[in-house]
Amino acid sequence: MTSSVIRVDDLSASYQKNKVLNDVSFEVKEGTITAIVGPNGAGKSTLIKTMLGLHPKLTGNVRFWGSPFKTAKKKIGYVPQRGSVDWDFPTDALDVVTMGLYGKIGWFRLPSKKDKEKAMNALKKMGMEAYAHRQISQLSGGQQQRVFLARALAQDAELYFMDEPLAGVDASTEKAIMTILKELKSNGKTVLVVHHDLQTVPEYFDHVLFLNKTVYAHGQTEEVFTTDNIARTYGGDMQWVGKGDQYVIQSSSH
Amino acid sequence: MLSNLLHINTLWVMASTMILGIAAGGIGCLAYWKRQNLMSDALSHAALPGVVVAFLIIQEKNLLLLVIGAALSALLGAFFIQWFSNASRITEDTAMGMTLSVFYGVGVMLLAIANRSPGGNQSGLNNFIYGQAAAMVRSDVITMIALASIVILIIFLAFKEWKLFLFDANFAKGVGMSIRGMNVLYTIVLVTTIVIGIQAVGVILMAAMLIIPAVSARYWTHSFKMMILLSSAIGGLAGAFGTWVSSTGSGLPTGPFIVLTSSAVFILSLLFGKEKGIIINFIQFKMQQRASQKKHPLAAEKGGSQ
Repeated sequence: MTSSVIRVDDLSASYQKNKVLNDVSFEVKEGTITAIVGPNGAGKSTLIKTMLGLHPKLTGNVRFWGSPFKTAKKKIGYVPQRGSVDWDFPTDALDVVTMGLYGKIGWFRLPSKKDKEKAMNALKKMGMEAYAHRQISQLSGGQQQRVFLARALAQDAELYFMDEPLAGVDASTEKAIMTILKELKSNGKTVLVVHHDLQTVPEYFDHVLFLNKTVYAHGQTEEVFTTDNIARTYGGDMQWVGKGDQYVIQSSSH
Repeated sequence: MLSNLLHINTLWVMASTMILGIAAGGIGCLAYWKRQNLMSDALSHAALPGVVVAFLIIQEKNLLLLVIGAALSALLGAFFIQWFSNASRITEDTAMGMTLSVFYGVGVMLLAIANRSPGGNQSGLNNFIYGQAAAMVRSDVITMIALASIVILIIFLAFKEWKLFLFDANFAKGVGMSIRGMNVLYTIVLVTTIVIGIQAVGVILMAAMLIIPAVSARYWTHSFKMMILLSSAIGGLAGAFGTWVSSTGSGLPTGPFIVLTSSAVFILSLLFGKEKGIIINFIQFKMQQRASQKKHPLAAEKGGSQ
């Protein structure tokens, strides 16, 4: 019997005049790894940001382990989109990963040797120990993504939100990230991932949430990951073509 | 005897502009990574009407009270900028440009009125435009050093917090930091630095004390800590040296000399800086070119195209 980690009720949010989330409700069980999929502008990132209090909500309620974000935030890790920060900032990979420990280190205190070791271990897990003292502006996109993942690992949270961690990374980085996600899952952690590549959904995720301003379908991948749900979420002008094991999405409007 | 006294006074003033330069260099780094360089310019111009209004009310030149007036009007400027850019379709840079010119215009107008009032033209209020460190008396110096020291302390004590806040504010919020609180603290520290500096440097050039050391430091280091330390050092050096030069002639304004000193450091950094300085960049490019020509002599002869 697994318990519910996240419970979202009737969540709505907007950007200026545009309502981007409308009555979103769902529950996430502990130890699952969920893909949030939907077309561009479906509100995937906004959903995460609103749940984490980074974007104001219009209505609705979000609970983590039955309590509001404020009391639960120490147990929540967030991996933002790679483009959300300025990689020209003068710091190195190890330093960024150490930032994941700031909440535990406490204010106005400098990271100890032990903290640095913890950060180094997180980097090692992502196969990045050789780049620990590399300037972050000199890392490739995939390496930057690994650094972000390592920072979240260093946080040692129970629940992770990741915003497109696999966007624009090469095959080896994708593999490294997915290995870590599976490891998190086997350690009983819960992971929500904004994902854009439908082809890899059945392989990587045990749950799927179809989002296009509101929830179109949500459940175990083998049950809800159907052509029907995809077509409904992505709109009528999308064609869903299955080629054996391979899936190809075609859109007529571009 | 008299020259000795003058000398001691100059030393005091130099010490105060040096510590001001250190504070401004440090906070300038924060402003640089907050991408708010123009903001400091807008706020220093916005401080002028506050200085004059405070003088008109108290009718004497007490630096601490004038500084409080300056801070209030700079904060009012900051509030207008925030409000305009949030509540209307005006973008932030437009709001800053408007606030800067309107507040400065009002300030100059009030200054004309204050100068006509009895005792007004001896008040030295004009010094607030271009800066006159030599006009500072002992109590001014003490006020300046005390406030600048607090600013420096806040920057260095919360160094780790500033770094996270500037690099990734969303993540900072996730680990329990109050972003609103940090923004308020940042504005307070920025405004404090600006208002204690305007008598010595002037409202027009104050922003240069914040911006130039930070961009100069950027050419030498890849570490945030080093950048703050270096920027503070450059600011302190420029403050002291500029004051010394301006004190050699009578009535020379301080601000321009401080700015010229730090600009000289900037030009040196731009040329020789080890991180993407122009000359280093060129040498590295040439070395790479030579190395690849050695590896592929034929390709190089053909023009290097594959």
